[in-house]
Amino acid sequence: MIRTLKDLAPGASGKVMMVKGKGAIKRRFMDMGVIKGTEINVEKVAPLGDPIEVKIKGYSLTLRKEDAQNIVIE
Amino acid sequence: MSKNITIALAGNPNSGKTTLFNALTGARHHVGNWAGVTVEKKEGRFKHKDTEIIGVDLPGTYSLSPYSLEEKIARNYIVEESPDVVVNIVDASNIERNLYLSVQLIELGKPVVIALNMMDVAKSRGYKIDVNKLSKLLGVPIVPIVASKKQGISELLDEVVKVSSNKSLAKGNPVDYGKKLENKITENIESLKSNPKASKYDLRWVALRVIEEDEEIMELLNKNHTSSASDEIAIASEALEISLEDDFECLIADRRYNHITSIISKSVKKPAVQGLTASDKADKILTNRWLGLPIFALIMMGVFYFTFDLVGNVFLDKIDVFFGETLSGWATDALTSMNAAAWLQSLIVDGIIGGVGGVLVFLPNIICLFLAISLLEDSGYMARVAFIMDRLMRKIGLSGKAFIPMILGFGCNAPAIMGTRTLEDENDRLAAILINPFMSCSARLPVYTLFAAAFFPGKEKFVVFSLYLLGVVVAIIVGLIFKKTLFKSDGMPFVMELPPYRIPTLKGTLITVWERAKGFLIKAGTLIFGASMVLWFILGFNFTGPADLTESIGASIGRVFAPLFAPLGFGNWQAALSLITGILAKEVVVSNMSIIYGLGEEAAAGAFAQTLAGTFNQLTAYAFMAFVLLYTPCVGVIGAIKRETNSWKWTIFSVVYQFAVAWIVAMLIYQIGSLIGL
Repeated sequence: MIRTLKDLAPGASGKVMMVKGKGAIKRRFMDMGVIKGTEINVEKVAPLGDPIEVKIKGYSLTLRKEDAQNIVIE
Repeated sequence: MSKNITIALAGNPNSGKTTLFNALTGARHHVGNWAGVTVEKKEGRFKHKDTEIIGVDLPGTYSLSPYSLEEKIARNYIVEESPDVVVNIVDASNIERNLYLSVQLIELGKPVVIALNMMDVAKSRGYKIDVNKLSKLLGVPIVPIVASKKQGISELLDEVVKVSSNKSLAKGNPVDYGKKLENKITENIESLKSNPKASKYDLRWVALRVIEEDEEIMELLNKNHTSSASDEIAIASEALEISLEDDFECLIADRRYNHITSIISKSVKKPAVQGLTASDKADKILTNRWLGLPIFALIMMGVFYFTFDLVGNVFLDKIDVFFGETLSGWATDALTSMNAAAWLQSLIVDGIIGGVGGVLVFLPNIICLFLAISLLEDSGYMARVAFIMDRLMRKIGLSGKAFIPMILGFGCNAPAIMGTRTLEDENDRLAAILINPFMSCSARLPVYTLFAAAFFPGKEKFVVFSLYLLGVVVAIIVGLIFKKTLFKSDGMPFVMELPPYRIPTLKGTLITVWERAKGFLIKAGTLIFGASMVLWFILGFNFTGPADLTESIGASIGRVFAPLFAPLGFGNWQAALSLITGILAKEVVVSNMSIIYGLGEEAAAGAFAQTLAGTFNQLTAYAFMAFVLLYTPCVGVIGAIKRETNSWKWTIFSVVYQFAVAWIVAMLIYQIGSLIGL
């Protein structure tokens, strides 16, 4: 069973194992520092249930659950 | 001895780039657009000791891979225009991610000086940065600064001037991409040496882009290159890819981050435990699962109260009195004493002062609105609004960032359309611009108020509210249609930084507000000035000379267009003419109707109802209001659309399609209403 960032509950953290997908989304993740081996911590879910907020490399990032599915966690 | 140099300012969004630019140039910069695109270009001249410096503010980007417009602009400027020095502003409190751009900037092969900003914040968070070591490892000079307090600016400029005359001081150390890639890079450099087109650039940089299969670079090389060297390169890089797990882009990014991590581990001491910052604590409340939405609603209400009740309207009345009475009075007196012809007097007083004044009354509202937006943006709250509203906005295929301009549209569509600048995806931005005028702006309220009071006594509030709702519903439907047809895009993924909350600086806020208000004044002012004169002319003349209103060109035009409105229930020339003139400003519809029907400027609802009873009933009045809500935006907004889309095609499209939408909706209201016997 592959665990992705989407499966992490607020407060949980993990290490990025792989970033799936191609094109704009993958490049965007690379630019924002979401790459293999990075520690990522889920902070909270938006009031309407999506997107989520995570902490990575010491700063806050928000992304949709749909896109979080592309980030495989160890 | 004095010299001139050009510096380019590059950095991540939220790294304090604008603050530094303002600290360097003050308000002495000018804002335009980059050639051919609507991305803002800021440029300013200033002097440091005996050096004249031109500073160019590049768009804030996270990287230089040319996939977004901003990144392309930043990259092309540095590569093609060769500024003497690239000043890279780096947020010391977020150093790891910020250095990703720095590494790419260094790779371009131009001299880079790093301005390490927010040293105070980094220190207070427990970061210990060995600036000398960091500088040695990166191979470029680093100057610690606190841009908001203007600390270190002079030292930064000393360094910049020094580097500009001795570029070898800031060459930068290359990233080690690992054996396989390095071999490939060396190989590519060799084959590129014979290419005259590539020799203009840093060869290692071009070699890397070829490996990444960067479209622009490939095109550049292919075009001017008769031998098949680039094909060879492409084939070779393909062959190499098979032996690697990931694609090259990924690998290159990975290596860059490794490079950065290793540098950071040698030069930056991070705090053992990262406690909650004040910003984190504030965020716990402001974007709280349960409190987030109510707080957002309260803030929005606060903004509206501030813009339209507290400050705006007080000034609005004053300016109205100033133009409508004081200035008109003076002008009339002055012109009379000069024995000016009646027509000239009328042109100046009724046409120009009336027309331009009618729009300038909104200036205080617009300044207040800009002030509020600028505070929300600079404080970091705007990013949270996108976070909170993204789910809702996604339902119409837009990102959460498009929500703010929609809300602002209830105030005035012109600044709201400028507010779409925060949207990254060009298609998203166009869609957001084109549906914005359906948000019922405050200028349409006088029309509703008068008609509702005249035809729906006792039910005014309900009628007015229903119109606001109608606007939102139409915006959503049209937005959906647009996203399914014209502006299909996979959409930029919603991956956005939530910057720490910061207290906006007074200077920064004032500069932003002034820049935007100035834009409104100049562009809207010139458009309206011209339009006012035309309107004055067509209402006062016919082809034989001065004429009564009913015999004027305006009336004739009204008669020509009246049949167009017959299926909508108000096919008379008065309605047609007032709608046409309403394009100048929506509230003009009411004042013009009063004038056209001979009621004087300020007609009471009762008298208005009586006079209009012959041509309007409840159903046609409602259809008319719906039409006013939806049809072609006023010239101020048309001007904003032109400026923000930078395209006459989209501007004309917006004028035409909104007219069509308004016609269809009003027609449906009237026809269906008549059928069911309303």
